[in-house]
Parts: sequence; C-alpha cells; structure tokens
Amino acid sequence: MFAKKFLEKLKARLADWNKTAEKLRQKKSLPRFFTISGMDIDELYTPDSIKNGDDENYYWDKLGLPGEYPYTRGVHHTMYRSRLWTMRQFAGMGSPRQTNERFKYILEQGGTGLSTAFDLPTLMGYDSDHPRSLGEVGKCGVAVDTLADMEIIFDGIDLSEVSTSMTINSPASVLMAMYLAVAEKQGVPFEQVRGTLQNDILKEYIAQKEFIFPPRPSIRLITDMMDYCTKHVPQWNTISISGYHIREAGATAVQELAFTLADGFQYIESAIEAGQDVDEFAPRLSFFFNAHSDFFEEIAKYRAARRIYARRMKEKYGAKDERSWKLRFHTQTAGCSLTAQQPEVNIVRVTTQALGAVLGGTQSLHTNSMDETLALPSEKAARIALRTQQVIAYETGVANTVDPLAGSYFVEALTDKVEKECLEYFDEIERRGGVVKCIEDGYFQREIARSAYQFQQEIESDERVIVGVNRFILKDEKIDIPVLRIDKATEDRQVAFCKKIKAERDNAAVEKTLANLREAARGDGNTFDAILDAVRVYASAGEICDVLREEWGEWVESPAAMQVS
Amino acid sequence: MEKKIRVLLAKPGLDGHDRGVKVVAAALRDAGMEVIYTGLRQTPPMIVDAAIQEDVDAIGVSILSGAHMTLFPAILEELKRRGAEDILLFGGGIIPDDDKAELEKMGVAKVFTPGAPTEEAIEFLRKTVGQKKTDEKLM
Repeated sequence: MFAKKFLEKLKARLADWNKTAEKLRQKKSLPRFFTISGMDIDELYTPDSIKNGDDENYYWDKLGLPGEYPYTRGVHHTMYRSRLWTMRQFAGMGSPRQTNERFKYILEQGGTGLSTAFDLPTLMGYDSDHPRSLGEVGKCGVAVDTLADMEIIFDGIDLSEVSTSMTINSPASVLMAMYLAVAEKQGVPFEQVRGTLQNDILKEYIAQKEFIFPPRPSIRLITDMMDYCTKHVPQWNTISISGYHIREAGATAVQELAFTLADGFQYIESAIEAGQDVDEFAPRLSFFFNAHSDFFEEIAKYRAARRIYARRMKEKYGAKDERSWKLRFHTQTAGCSLTAQQPEVNIVRVTTQALGAVLGGTQSLHTNSMDETLALPSEKAARIALRTQQVIAYETGVANTVDPLAGSYFVEALTDKVEKECLEYFDEIERRGGVVKCIEDGYFQREIARSAYQFQQEIESDERVIVGVNRFILKDEKIDIPVLRIDKATEDRQVAFCKKIKAERDNAAVEKTLANLREAARGDGNTFDAILDAVRVYASAGEICDVLREEWGEWVESPAAMQVS
Repeated sequence: MEKKIRVLLAKPGLDGHDRGVKVVAAALRDAGMEVIYTGLRQTPPMIVDAAIQEDVDAIGVSILSGAHMTLFPAILEELKRRGAEDILLFGGGIIPDDDKAELEKMGVAKVFTPGAPTEEAIEFLRKTVGQKKTDEKLM
C-alpha cells in the first residue's frame, strides 16, 4: 500500500518528530495508555505501523473490497446504503400475554425484528410449576411451559412477516419446535419462517452457565437440529455463536473473539463429523458480539473477526460457497458497562457503543436501556434505546459510505493486532486438547475470571475511571427512574395455567411422543423430529428436558472451572 | 493468633451470572480471608448445610435474577430452622433500593448493589465478624 522509499523517508521524519514530542511528554507519573481490555496503545500511528504495508498485495490480502473475500470491510457490497442494520430489541417479561403486548408495541414503534428473552426456569428446562422455579417465573424473561404459551406470545403476529430471534440454549430445540408449531397453526410454511436461535451451548459452559446436559450430547442436540433446519427451514439461522456473554463475564475483547470463534469452529467440525456438508449448513451460521466501550478496539474486533473466519472457512474447512465464508453478526451493547449510579448517563455509553458496532459493520443491533442495572427496562427506557439507533442511522451520516474507517493507520494496525492475539489463543486451545477439553478442564472459565478480577482491581486502584462510580460521583444521589416490577401474581397465574394445560391435553399422546424421544436420545435417530412431535401435543419443555436428563445426565461444573485465578 | 474470617459464597436459584461472586471471592481471599465458593444453583438448604459443615462466620450470596425476595428469606428461614442464626448473611446483585431496605430489615446483614467496591465488603466483614469474634472471646 505504501512505497518502500516513502516508508524510509517517513521513518527519518518520525525520528525528528519524536525528539520534539519527547520534550512535550509529561515527565512525572506517566499514565499508561491502554484499551479497556488492557491492550497497550501507541502514541501515534502512521503508515509505518502497518506491517507489510509496502507489499503491493497488502490491500488485497488484508482488506479487499466490501462483499469480497476476506470481508474485512464488510460482508455486503453496499452495506447500509442498501439496507440498514436490523434494529432488534430484546424483550420478554412476565406472562406470555405481557410479552405479546410488548412485541406489538415494538413493531408499532418501528422495530424491525423481534427478540425473545425467556425466564430462568425456561432456560434451565424447568416448568413454572417445578419447585426450583419458585420466585423466578417471568423475572428475567417470559415463561414458556407448553405450546399454549408460545401461541399467546405470537398471537396476532404473522410469522411469515417478522423475523424472530430467540435467546435459548440448552432447551433450544424445544422452543424452536414450539415456534414451528405456531407457524403450522397460522398456516405459514416452514420455508417462509425467518429468524435466529441462539442455540450456542458451548458459551454456556464457558460463561453464561445456563447448561443442563453435558457438552457432548448437547452438541448432538444442536447438530440434529441443524440437520432438520437445513432441510426444512432454510431461512432460519440455526445458531448464533455468541461472544456477548463471554465478554459480559469479564473476558477481554481478544478473549471474546478467540473463544467465540473457537466455539464456532467446534460446531462446524462436529457437523462435518456428523456427515453434513459444510456449504449446506455454514451459510446459516451467524455470530453475536458485544459492543463494549472501547470504541476503536471494538471496531478492530469486528473487522478482524470477519477476516479470520473467512480464511479458516476457506482454507481449513474447504468451504467453496462464498456465503460460508461470510461472518454475519448481531451486536448488543455491553450490559456490564452500565452503571447503577447516575443511570441516565448510560444513554451516552450505549450511544458510543452502538456507533462502534455500526462502524464495525454489524448486521443487527440491540441497544441496552439505561435502567438495566436496576431492573427490567421500562417502556420509556426501551424506547430511548431504540431511538438511539434511529439517530445513528438517520442523523449522523455514518451509514452513507461503506467501512469509513478503513485505511486509518490506527484501525488497521489494531485490527492486525487483535487478529494476531486471537490466533495465539487458537494455538493455546489446540495445545490443550480443543474446545470441549478446555471447557471440561475449566481453562476458559479461569481465563475469564482472571480478566474480570484484574478489571475490578484497576477500577478500585483508580487506574481506570468509570464516570459516576470512582470519579465524578454525585453525593446523596436519589435515583428517580421508574423501575418495572414483575409481581408474584404473574407467577401464580403462570403456574395455574401450566397445570391447567397439563390436565386438559391428550396425555396418552404426550406419553407416546415422550417415549419416542427417549428412544431417539438413546439411539441415533434425529431428536428434533421427536421433539417437534412432542410439543405439537402440548408436552411441556420441562417434561421433554426431563427425558433427556434421564438419558444423558446433568452437567455440573468441575472445581477447576470454579477457581478464581 | 487471630483466627481467619471464614466466608462461604454461593449462587442460589437458577441464575448463572458468576462474574461478581468470583471477583468477590478473589478479593476476600486476597484480603486474607478463607473463602469457600460452592458454585451455581445452590438451594437454601444446600447453602446452610455447607455453611454449618464448613463452620463459617458469614454467608455471601449473589443474585442477579430478580428472585432475591424469595431466596434471601428462604436462607434466613433455613438458618433459623437449623439454629445457625449466628452465621451472618450478606449478599449482592441487581436489587432495587426498596427491596434492599426490606431485606436488611428482615435480617440480611448487608446488601451490596452494582458499583460497590470490593473494599466495602472487606471492611464490612472485618468490622462485623471481627466484632463478633471479640465478643465471643469476652464471654
């Protein structure tokens, strides 16, 4: 990109420049300049900072054009000029009816996709009437026990029109089957059903910790569903390989990227081992990253992610279809960066984080609400969060051109650095026996806990400033933003509804479909077919998961994974 | 020599967010306390059982799921049932101010909310448990 002669001249000029700069640098208590992940940042970036920048192939090798390999500049030729990112706000709370109302509100307000949050019992495969669900029903999302709940959530919403994302992992097959059963009842053919399932169990063991079964049968559950969807639900993104939670648990940007991509490659290898063709399923894989506060580091992370993925898919897994090379991703702003102190300031944090995601070329985005460190978002807070995206899209002008930061010496150098450190983690994971072995041994978990503790220590030693927390504190602050509460009556009603459905359904049919599922789980039949049959006759998520628990056992974290550092 | 303060940390309920509890575990350990972290999905009887077996001075629980008004009282109840009310119960998580006040009235010794430095928890334990240990010696 830069001629050798020019670079030599530049080096000489830089030496002179540095002499002057040296005099101007503060001599006493030089602070460290580093990213939020602890990556050291140089004072100045120039063409000299870009490695191999004098190679005439540099541009084609590292960047290329948007929509072309290796996709550093984006997966689409025209990016947001053709189509803005999807503004997808995650919602779901209380009863299925409340969630249905919130969904309709989001669509009325100009949201273009739905995203469903489920409550903890649903995520853990317990029905609302299970003793372990006490006090948790409808708290962190909506409760779904049987198909009857799913019918209410999407009541009056045409499933051929919307695209729906569902944040569910261990019991993902069950919720996906329920969604398809609702489509069936609406008369919508499976070919028209669009959306994304999170369905990323590996990051559950690593970070989010909502796991039920051990890793190996869990991966089988996923490959069975990928097989079904490739054949019957071609527009569905079967798995959203997620770094979001890894980051929230305390990982650095590089750890987020490396562990997430490693998880993705593990699914790909498992599906190939199960006999599936990489170009058949890979185009339906998508990713989900965090948008944290360090603006340039995040942009570098997204750009590096696309390049690393494209290269591996082509070179290591032999993918030939270019759709298999493209890393498409959803982004959510960093919940862990929000503060309970002066919560309105969170709107500003969310704005810069969202801007980073857009400049990094995201395909869809969720912006957090300012009140999320206090409780579930209120309607007003959720509206402001969506408006934030709309301001970025329609007022700032950043969507006018594709990848506007390409060619910035800093952004390119940082992208290269993130890529290099990510590849080093891949080597380490391989040296330790691969992703599943690293989970079993607690390697990822310890790495993340170590980063989280280090970050906290940096805050407490004032090496790092968090506005309103360790500096610029408001004394005797009275927080007066409304907090949404889910009352106990919601839980009682949901438990009663669950019991009612179980009493009224055809219980002989439920027994029969559950027996078929047990047989599939024991043998090598496709578990997804069996689950779909079971949900159609209103078998509950808890009952289906119980069958699988009995057959496959439950996962408990090893003491090594619980170690702090 | 002064006996080290022993603390049991646990995640009750179904919530899997363990960043905070692990940070607190590391901070208390580095402050010279003996920390036992029992891990995820502990029921109130499991937590109290472990606390009695490990002979701890305090139990710290982390709840980010919104189920705090169910789980804290259940642990207090269990402590009472097992005659172990001398074990101090404290906790942290996403807990609105009104709930925090109510929990502290109920008998939870202290509730820490987002943004609280770990130093606060260390100070709190040194003061409260340290005081208790001095009282015991005098008796």
